[in-house]
Amino acid sequence: MSEQSSEKFTIAALVENKPGVLNRVASLFRRRNFNMDSLTVGRTHRPFVSRMTIVVDGARTDARRIATNLYKLVNVIDVKVVSQEPHVSRDLALIKVRSDDADSRNALTLLCERYPARIVDIGAKYAIVEITAPEDVVEAMIRELDPIGIVEMVRTGVVAMGRGTRILDTEYVPQLISSNNGNHQAYSV
Amino acid sequence: MLLTGAEIIMECLLREGVEVMFGYPGGAILPTYDAMTKYPQLHHVLVRHEQGAAHMADGYARATGRVGVAIATSGPGATNLVTGIATAMMDSSPIVCITGQVTRGAIGSDAFQETDVTGVTLPITKHNYLVDDVADLAYIIREAFHIARTGRPGPVLIDVPKDVQNAQTEFIYPEGEIRLPGYRPPTQANQEEVSAALELINSAQRPIILAGHGITMAGAMSELRELAERAQIPVSLTLLGKGAIPENHPLVTRMMGMHGEAASNYAIQEADLIIALGMRFDDRVTGNIKTYAPNARKIHVDIDASELNKNVKVDVGIAGDVKTVLRQFLPGVKTTQHPQWIARIRDWQEDSNERDVLQVGTESKLLSAQVINDLWHFTEGNAVTITDVGQHQMVEAQYYPHQRPSTLITSGGLGTMGFGLPAAIGAKFGKPDEEVWAIVGDGGFQMTLCELATAVQENVNINIAIINNAFLGMVRQWQEFFYEERYHATPMISPDFCKLAEAYGIPSMRVTNREQMEESVQFARSINGPKLIEYVVEKEEIVYPMVPAGADLHNMIRRPKPGEEVKS
Repeated sequence: MSEQSSEKFTIAALVENKPGVLNRVASLFRRRNFNMDSLTVGRTHRPFVSRMTIVVDGARTDARRIATNLYKLVNVIDVKVVSQEPHVSRDLALIKVRSDDADSRNALTLLCERYPARIVDIGAKYAIVEITAPEDVVEAMIRELDPIGIVEMVRTGVVAMGRGTRILDTEYVPQLISSNNGNHQAYSV
Repeated sequence: MLLTGAEIIMECLLREGVEVMFGYPGGAILPTYDAMTKYPQLHHVLVRHEQGAAHMADGYARATGRVGVAIATSGPGATNLVTGIATAMMDSSPIVCITGQVTRGAIGSDAFQETDVTGVTLPITKHNYLVDDVADLAYIIREAFHIARTGRPGPVLIDVPKDVQNAQTEFIYPEGEIRLPGYRPPTQANQEEVSAALELINSAQRPIILAGHGITMAGAMSELRELAERAQIPVSLTLLGKGAIPENHPLVTRMMGMHGEAASNYAIQEADLIIALGMRFDDRVTGNIKTYAPNARKIHVDIDASELNKNVKVDVGIAGDVKTVLRQFLPGVKTTQHPQWIARIRDWQEDSNERDVLQVGTESKLLSAQVINDLWHFTEGNAVTITDVGQHQMVEAQYYPHQRPSTLITSGGLGTMGFGLPAAIGAKFGKPDEEVWAIVGDGGFQMTLCELATAVQENVNINIAIINNAFLGMVRQWQEFFYEERYHATPMISPDFCKLAEAYGIPSMRVTNREQMEESVQFARSINGPKLIEYVVEKEEIVYPMVPAGADLHNMIRRPKPGEEVKS
């Protein structure tokens, strides 16, 4: 299938906050030849649990196959294909854009009114625009910023959560709480 | 009780019921080797190469169903395990590998004999651990054994830095439930799945069961047999599924796939229902996936949910323990007959019998099929056979029918040459009262023949049968069929195997004609300890039938019937 016709889906995974877990997930995607679009990982309100959001190209692999393979990893506590149900998803981008004349500054201000975006830094030459929105909205804004002159960009990748009573959580507390495993302040990868 | 990490390893192995460990010492694992001196009840077998240790642990595990243990040092010791670990992974064999690692402070510094072994083995283990606190060690070993033997079994590696082995801690064995929130192997089918499967089973006209390794690992032999007999469903076996049901059972069509029985393959292609139990539709079993079993609805039961719909789309996919699921099926399975279907399979089997190489006159040369068939005959079909990989492996599968589970041990998924001899040593440790035959080719044997010394040092009572055709036979066969007989890098000069055996102090015999077959088995049985028999066979044999890689399963290259023209 061509890349244009590909459909993306979003998987959320609760994983143990332990060294090497990100490596295990990345290794799984590589060796099973799953095509990963983005992967984000961060801590949760549970001290021993991190949450990953993985966006995958659905044209090449079906969601269930990825979910069952993820589930085989011992450190993966729970897996959910969140894009199969009502959900909220957000991507955050920091975009550095030319702002060295009145036209560019006006254009940026107008764009930030139309998009869920704001200017978080502005100087004589460049401004940084921050947008937090669904991925397609971020893409749309990038297209509109492009003619002004993008010089640098960074994106977090998508994070997602099911709406309403759809809750993906665990009360997991590890059996091993020794000096190193207890050191959950730093997410070790 | 204050113990060192090394002593904790020994204490934990004892509590897991370990009786034998296969390993090789080295700098980073020396504290553990020193601790072994205090635990004489844990027998250590010194191998000659760490690959052998992993294969021995694997052979032990497959023969017994218990977890095999391999031990190696850091760096090259650990990397030498890799082929053995990958072999165990592909065939779902429960082994635990314990490797030494450089001290924690040195990790990441490219220290002497340092390798990122948890990184290297990550894709070929079910799970692995780098222990960075001696307080974790007992939990980790317990978890490792649990993960290795439950669910879909597999290898687990524990990498233990040298200073963790030396560190002391209060040893309290972690009793009670193992809490692994992300590890919940499936157990049973839900009611809808059972009903859907039963509807298909009870309405099928041309059903066939595909029985795999999962049957013997789950101990579901009697359930399988009951299902087959009650609904009169023919049973075809994967290579690793051999022993799931006695191969002389009238409903059994024997092996399927690339070198399977033609009757099995034709039946799969004509079946209207496939009941796949504890098997994974490997490409060597399906041939061209697009034309595979085109007429069949499919039920697939496997303990690994990720196997369902992986290679073959199925109508009813059930993630569960095959014994439990079959027990859920059985009350709803109706007693039926499929006389026409079974008669059709009989016709295919009769056609195959006419093509059987054993029907060909013996003339001068010894054929590998004759060797295997005679070994089967003179061992009363009751030996535990461990094969290597190649033509002799397929000939074993075809000409040595197995009646009991875990009596054929072979590297199926990875196809690891060199597996045979070490795996046989491990199997014999697991089944000391069984007659164990390592059936190996001249190529594979030479990959791990250093383990002859291990067999001598431990006086392991195994029979090593080398099927010597002076070729890498299976590769030669592919060259004959698909590379216009350009036999490049397949003719093989070997040492005089009998003299080699003599150098190791191993009694040996060379067999060059069929009249010596019975004598060779008697010779083997007359010696307590390792012995080697070289069977010098025809050089350019072909294993028939053959489904060329990627071809349709029914498009087999068949052996011509006597009097038929050989297809060129």
